[in-house]
Amino acid sequence: MKKFMNSADDFLKESLQGFGAAHQDIVNCHYDPNFITRATPTKEGKVALISGGGSGHEPMHGGLVGYGMLDAACPGFVFSSPTPDQMLAAAEKVDSGAGVLFIVKNYSGDVMNFQMAAEMMQGPNESVLTNDDVAVEDSSFTTGRRGVAATVVVEKIVGSLAEHGGSLQECKALGDKVNKNSGSMGVAFSSCTVPAAGKPNFDIGDDEMEFGVGIHGEPGRRRDKMKSAQEITNELLEAINEDLKPEANEEILLFVNGMGGTPLTELYLIYDNAKNMLDKKNIKISRSLVGNYCTSLEMQGASITLTKLDEELLKHWDSSVHTAAMRWGV
Amino acid sequence: MSINFLIHRAKEIQAVIEANASEIEKLDQEIGDGDHIFNVQRGIKLVIELEAVIKDLPMSKALNQIAMKVLSGIGGSSGALFGTLFMTMAKGNDIDNGVDYKKAIEIFADGVEAVKQRGKADVGEKTMMDVLIPVSNCLKKGVEDNKDVKEILKEAIEVAEKGMFSTKDLLATKGRASFLGERAKGHIDPGARSSQLMIKTVCESVLNS
Repeated sequence: MKKFMNSADDFLKESLQGFGAAHQDIVNCHYDPNFITRATPTKEGKVALISGGGSGHEPMHGGLVGYGMLDAACPGFVFSSPTPDQMLAAAEKVDSGAGVLFIVKNYSGDVMNFQMAAEMMQGPNESVLTNDDVAVEDSSFTTGRRGVAATVVVEKIVGSLAEHGGSLQECKALGDKVNKNSGSMGVAFSSCTVPAAGKPNFDIGDDEMEFGVGIHGEPGRRRDKMKSAQEITNELLEAINEDLKPEANEEILLFVNGMGGTPLTELYLIYDNAKNMLDKKNIKISRSLVGNYCTSLEMQGASITLTKLDEELLKHWDSSVHTAAMRWGV
Repeated sequence: MSINFLIHRAKEIQAVIEANASEIEKLDQEIGDGDHIFNVQRGIKLVIELEAVIKDLPMSKALNQIAMKVLSGIGGSSGALFGTLFMTMAKGNDIDNGVDYKKAIEIFADGVEAVKQRGKADVGEKTMMDVLIPVSNCLKKGVEDNKDVKEILKEAIEVAEKGMFSTKDLLATKGRASFLGERAKGHIDPGARSSQLMIKTVCESVLNS
């Protein structure tokens, strides 16, 4: 294992300290329990948005704390859910009295820990569960679809509504809607190494890819031989389209997300190839996002997310945002 | 069951888990994300470190401290599930006035039931519940049938092992292995293995005392 680290035990702490210092105009990092808040207190009457999950997916979620998005983020250990004490401490800090909306990715650890926090919390709260990953079959007999990159889209759009005075119920409803309007699928070329583990999470051959991979390198649909970028992109989009069923002339957000180890050069190449296919189907790409937002440590790979946009979603996507990782309109 | 008993069993479990660490890690890398062994090791270490704080507390308070420590110190599903187990045991009726083996079995069974609710997993889903639920049922039944405690514990060891091996051919429908579908078949669930080792350690320790 080659990593920039001094010791596995201090890995998260030192990373958080660096993040807090580098972006002190936007965020405050709190320790024991660990949580990240905006540098300024929550505006009176504004619903507070709190997300969280295992570390190793940066900039999600700490890099999405700031004006127009999250009020707080709770980072767990690498690839391990945060715990209720973090969520309760974060809620206490950022709840202005208008309630707390938890945004949770559908992974069992995250779900259980946020559920315990919600049970222990005194004030009004709601939760939005994201499950945009079309790689996994959704049925009552499984844990269900995973929450992956569309969580970033949910946080952006609901963050805008909360900033503009949306109530707790309205924010919850919009979050559910964005999630329902989104589909994602990812592919990985290489594995990733959790610092405490010291060796790769899974083995993968030089000529292989994991198709439908999750954001911890956990397996997806199948192991395939490498293919051309256009073929991979087509297959990802076909899986998403089959689920999301965007209609001709429907407006969508095309979000090409890097897993951490794939250069932007390749992410833009994927964007080009995705545009080729969507153009053929007369699906209108009206907004775009390309970059590393929902990562899996140093994994080589990418995911594509499509979100169907209506007027309401467009308005909240375009509104100003000022976080470490996303910044426009300010 | 005293607090001293809990701490001593935790120390024994620590040694057994340590001895089987690479096997558990390998199982988790086959069908999970490889962090289970670290969560278990961290949790046990935190419980043992609580010794000075909890040794003179009433049982309900000691169990609650363990619950909060496990919950906040482990993270992930393991933290929530083991936190729920101890938090429920701490709520056991009248446990501050002594816990005999019947009482211990009663609160353990209540704890297992709460874990089942929290994780929404039942027997047959390729999780640690394939060990914990049959063990809990076996212990309760043993008390109901007025069996000798040693006999009950011997049975529990067998039931735990059977439950653990049963996960091998199951399709996972809960937890991270569920994403694998058919590919999870043929692998023993790492959570079932670690909990089977814990049950075996505690039961054998009582049998040999």
